[in-house]
Amino acid sequence: MQRSKRLLAATLAIVFSGLAQAAQAQSEIKIGEINSYSLLPAFTEPYRKGWQLAVEEINAAGGVNGKKLVVVSKDDGGKPADAQTAANELVSSENVAMLTGTFLSNIGLAVSDFANQKKVFFLAAEPLTDAITWAKGNRYTFRLRPSNYMQAAMLVEAAAKLPAKRWATIAPNYEYGQSAVAVFKKLMSEKRPDIQWVEEQWPPQGKIDAGPVVQAVASANPEAILNVTFGADLVKLVREGNTRGLFKDRSVVSFLTGEPEYLDPLKDETPEGWIVTGYPWYSIKTPEHDAFLKAYQAKYNDYPRLGSIVGYETIKSAAAILAKANSTDPEKLIAAAEGLSVPSPFGEIVFRKIDHQSTLGAFVGRTALKDGKGVMVDSVYRKGSDYLPSDAEVAKMRPKE
Amino acid sequence: MSVAQPLLSVEGLSKSYGGVHAVRGVSFALNAGEILALIGPNGAGKSTCFDMLNGQTTPGSGRINLLGEDTTGKKPREIWRLGVGRTFQITATFPTMTVRENVQVALVSYGRRLFNLWTSTPRYARAEAGRLLELVGMGGYAERPCGELAYGDLKRLELAIALANQPKLLLMDEPTAGMAPRERIELMRLTAQIAREQGIGVLFTEHDMDVVFEHADRILVLNRGSLIAEGSPEEVRRNPQVRAIYLGEGLVYDARHREGAPT
Amino acid sequence: MAFYFVQFLTGLASAASLFLVASGLSIIFGVTRIVNFAHGAFYMLGAYVAFTLTERFSGAIGFWGGIVAAAAIVALVGVLVEMVLLRRIYHAPELFQLLATFGLTLMVEDLVVLIWGPSDLLGRRAPGFKGAVDFFGQNIPSYDLFLIGLGPLVLGLLWLLFQRTRWGVLVRAATQDRDMVAALGVNQKWLFTSVFAVGVFLAALGGALQIPRDAVHHAMDLRIIVDVFVVVVIGGLGSIIGAFVAAVLVSELNAFGILIFPKISIILVFLVMAAVLIVRPWGLFGRQEAAARRTPGLTINPWRPLTSNERLAAVAALALAAALPLIGGNYALTVGSEIAIFVIFAASLHFLMSVGGLASFGHAAYFGLGAYGVAFLAKLAGLPMILSLLLGPLLGLAGAAVFGFFAVQLSGVYFAMLTLAFAQIVWSIAFQWVAVTGGDNGILGVWPESWAASPAHFYWLSIAVAALAVAVLRIIVFSPFGFALRATRDSPLRGEAIGIDGKRIQWTAFVIAGTVAGVAGALFAYLKGSIFPDSLGISLSVDALVMVLLGGVETVSGAILGAIVYKALSIWLVSQTDLSKLVLGGIIVLIVVAFPKGIVGMLETIRQRRPPTPPKSALLTSGIETAE
Repeated sequence: MQRSKRLLAATLAIVFSGLAQAAQAQSEIKIGEINSYSLLPAFTEPYRKGWQLAVEEINAAGGVNGKKLVVVSKDDGGKPADAQTAANELVSSENVAMLTGTFLSNIGLAVSDFANQKKVFFLAAEPLTDAITWAKGNRYTFRLRPSNYMQAAMLVEAAAKLPAKRWATIAPNYEYGQSAVAVFKKLMSEKRPDIQWVEEQWPPQGKIDAGPVVQAVASANPEAILNVTFGADLVKLVREGNTRGLFKDRSVVSFLTGEPEYLDPLKDETPEGWIVTGYPWYSIKTPEHDAFLKAYQAKYNDYPRLGSIVGYETIKSAAAILAKANSTDPEKLIAAAEGLSVPSPFGEIVFRKIDHQSTLGAFVGRTALKDGKGVMVDSVYRKGSDYLPSDAEVAKMRPKE
Repeated sequence: MSVAQPLLSVEGLSKSYGGVHAVRGVSFALNAGEILALIGPNGAGKSTCFDMLNGQTTPGSGRINLLGEDTTGKKPREIWRLGVGRTFQITATFPTMTVRENVQVALVSYGRRLFNLWTSTPRYARAEAGRLLELVGMGGYAERPCGELAYGDLKRLELAIALANQPKLLLMDEPTAGMAPRERIELMRLTAQIAREQGIGVLFTEHDMDVVFEHADRILVLNRGSLIAEGSPEEVRRNPQVRAIYLGEGLVYDARHREGAPT
Repeated sequence: MAFYFVQFLTGLASAASLFLVASGLSIIFGVTRIVNFAHGAFYMLGAYVAFTLTERFSGAIGFWGGIVAAAAIVALVGVLVEMVLLRRIYHAPELFQLLATFGLTLMVEDLVVLIWGPSDLLGRRAPGFKGAVDFFGQNIPSYDLFLIGLGPLVLGLLWLLFQRTRWGVLVRAATQDRDMVAALGVNQKWLFTSVFAVGVFLAALGGALQIPRDAVHHAMDLRIIVDVFVVVVIGGLGSIIGAFVAAVLVSELNAFGILIFPKISIILVFLVMAAVLIVRPWGLFGRQEAAARRTPGLTINPWRPLTSNERLAAVAALALAAALPLIGGNYALTVGSEIAIFVIFAASLHFLMSVGGLASFGHAAYFGLGAYGVAFLAKLAGLPMILSLLLGPLLGLAGAAVFGFFAVQLSGVYFAMLTLAFAQIVWSIAFQWVAVTGGDNGILGVWPESWAASPAHFYWLSIAVAALAVAVLRIIVFSPFGFALRATRDSPLRGEAIGIDGKRIQWTAFVIAGTVAGVAGALFAYLKGSIFPDSLGISLSVDALVMVLLGGVETVSGAILGAIVYKALSIWLVSQTDLSKLVLGGIIVLIVVAFPKGIVGMLETIRQRRPPTPPKSALLTSGIETAE
């Protein structure tokens, strides 16, 4: 035992000698970035490429107020506790001006709570949970991507126009799936009091046994289906559903499925006509997006995924906030970020003062098959600002400070 | 020899497994200081009988009376509390402890200190453990890891452990199995000596007829679950039924020149 | 009616793929006693290799040939692993092989991403089995029918292999009694290798056959490995027919269960396993495990309390550790606190594993319960930190008391699996009962009060509690209770015969270990300020196992060093590289091969290196004569 204690000290010394580097030169400004690189490489690789492009562009244009922008990136392994360790390292050892990133909702919340406790500015990139800006919102946390609620509202707008009255839901059985279904049901029932919810399936996240699930949904004979599964679960669901004819003559509304991350793996088995949110990079014809697309393709010789947009815009927004605040004091950063308007590949977005949610939107369209690949057609960009509840409702949800 | 109440009395003990009668209607008694052997060919029901006595197996029917208490169906540890020491056919000791600690655990348990945090086992009853080890001739091995012991020494250690609760009765299942001939005699002589000195009753099963006939005061012969003979070594030796069984199996007992012939 | 029949068939199809993988695991365990954690990794490799082959070679021959070839290729990888790695550690302590295969699994997870890229891959549909068959208006995928036929076919082939070939006879004999087979002059090395190859082939085949209906991705292994363990245990370890029946049982229960309780599928298999193990402790078709034979000559040094010098040194080391705030920054201190907390956690499992001989695969449950206990007390009841810290672990104690009661009725791998089942049940309650636990989003804002808020103060608190926990556990180890526990582990028969109530002792030990784990969890909640279901999860349980094994399972306090090394290494690696799993896995494999007794075990061997005691043969010399 005595030996082990000695080794504790020795080990710690080794661990920290690498980290306790001398304070960085004054000519740099550091952003700390955390994401699930090892757990979710399919989503975080394009995301990383996105922010790397942004860093390059910003520094090529002279940096942030003349200082070189440096992003220190850490992996969280998909665990909230490890994300906090990483956040701590970034703040304590790397002296970053702010934290950004995260993909999973629980990790976003963990880092947001850390930010609140340690009084550090945090710009959450991808987590979808409504809680991060509302029920568990705090003044240090901002969020870029359209929330669960916003995406549900966008889908409901399209879904309410369907004639279908009998609905079934399939969602992964955890907080994200449960809240997506809850919000969708609530908004949908407000617009269409005549519809019925005839079946719900809650496969475990990442472990769907798709055959029985498809069969169970089919036996309830719904006219329309809401899907919240994604990733490998979605692939299995689609394959079983196609083979068993579940989607034939039924409308399907599906969260996120139009994002290249989820749509592309489906290849020639992409189901047609699903109403989805997503990112049809091939059919967006705006100057802002063209510029982004060109730069991205030139740098990586690859097409962007939604993660690329999120990564790119996260760092662009962070830089804009830092530039406006012209300080790394978290209070000044908050003041700068609240109400800040930033250009994005999807057009101008605003970080709302009331709940720190950005008004970045999403595209809503239908899935189709083109040359053996899944695409989104009839896509329309929905601005985030149009799909948020009233300020009074938001104020009610957010904890008082 | 006989006292008013026998140490152990067994009445009509029976056990069957799925229609096979392993033991049927066995009755006998054992007095303090007496050494009783239970013999019989393989499958005669010795082990089942033994397991019922020490609580490993619940009897199908019959009663067991130990030291004036009905112990039928009691657990091994309850029977141990009444003052019964055990050794096993294949030694059961604690290989990760020292030889002394093996005995100390038994002493701690006997002293009802198992849940006492303030007792340090390595220091508890060192002397008493040492005495027991000396008694079985293992005094010089006290600090050895038990896992290093040779088989014969393990048997001795087991005897020391079995003596830790100052037993009135020792149940020994094939105490000399797997030992060298010289050692067998040695160990049984030692056991008999201790038993006589302390007035402990001993019940043992054994395959080695040298051991049985040399040390047992009385012998019980079991065949196909039933007791077929009981008496002094000389009586049993002459019993025609016993001879028939052993002859029938093609193994004539020849008192002197066989060493642990399996039967 | 037609619907229920089709649902039944669908269940059978799921059962077929589960059975393939499970039978392989069962065969490997039956003969080699290796709990092959890497079985899921081989399954995943099978799918990846099959994907590559079937993309490259077209047509029916290309597809089916690709599937079989993929399984064969992966089986070769398995042979390589067995020969290079596992052969070296068959004689290491039980479960050490688990550590090795865990290391392999970590490596494979990163390697497939390096080789095949991060995106989910969609394999081709099977030629001839693309559509569905109409059954009274219900569609049954024809590939499902193929799988339904394949399951019994493989079962039959395995039966023939085991009953009708010489190899099969040897394998069955080895399953019953390894040593006997070795004594009969059978080349055990090659028997083990071939068994491992067959097992891996089945796993890889199971994976390869998934490509027409699943996405191929780098988390496939974890998705299947736990289910497969469950199936094997329900069926009875080593029983192939048991694996088949259990696979059908689990799949059908799932297929019909979701009709009644759609939310239950996540824990269904664990509920079934817990129920089966409580009623039938060795699974449906299993037999009582033969008592594990201790490898001769492995444990040479009986444990002893610290000498007064060593005690001084321990206090000095503690004082040194307490001086860290003088040199370390906030991050160093927070990491130090985290390591101290994991020292507590690992020590609690070590107590159960090493002293009690009970390897829990679900020890995180009590860590997490302690953490949730604190979160409830602090957030809902608003208790002060000190009270929460003291009372929170009681939730771990309560959980350990309830689950431990059932778990200690079993032993060996069955004990491990029942603890795993209980942990998964607790995890899924935390994961799904969003109203109370916040579900996946956890409970936030459990921060320490101001007196403990600064990293230095919290660090001191953590190492003080860690030192206390380690000291208390050590006192227990050398108290009569600890000896009784070891006695029960060493020889339940002898323990009972000297008046020790083994089950009661083990149950008490389980509760002690659960409570100490709860203490670690309680501190952890305050360190992180939040608590999430993954603190109850399998990966944390596995982490704890790894720490104990790494430190050395047969030492008194190996877990301390194991926890420090493993935690420091993994925090550092995660911070330095995205390929932390590859590096960490590689390091674990190296340590396993280099120090099969664990790090502390190795240190002790070096320190106590002395001329090996010549085997005493009392068969030749009487004990009395040789005794000095």
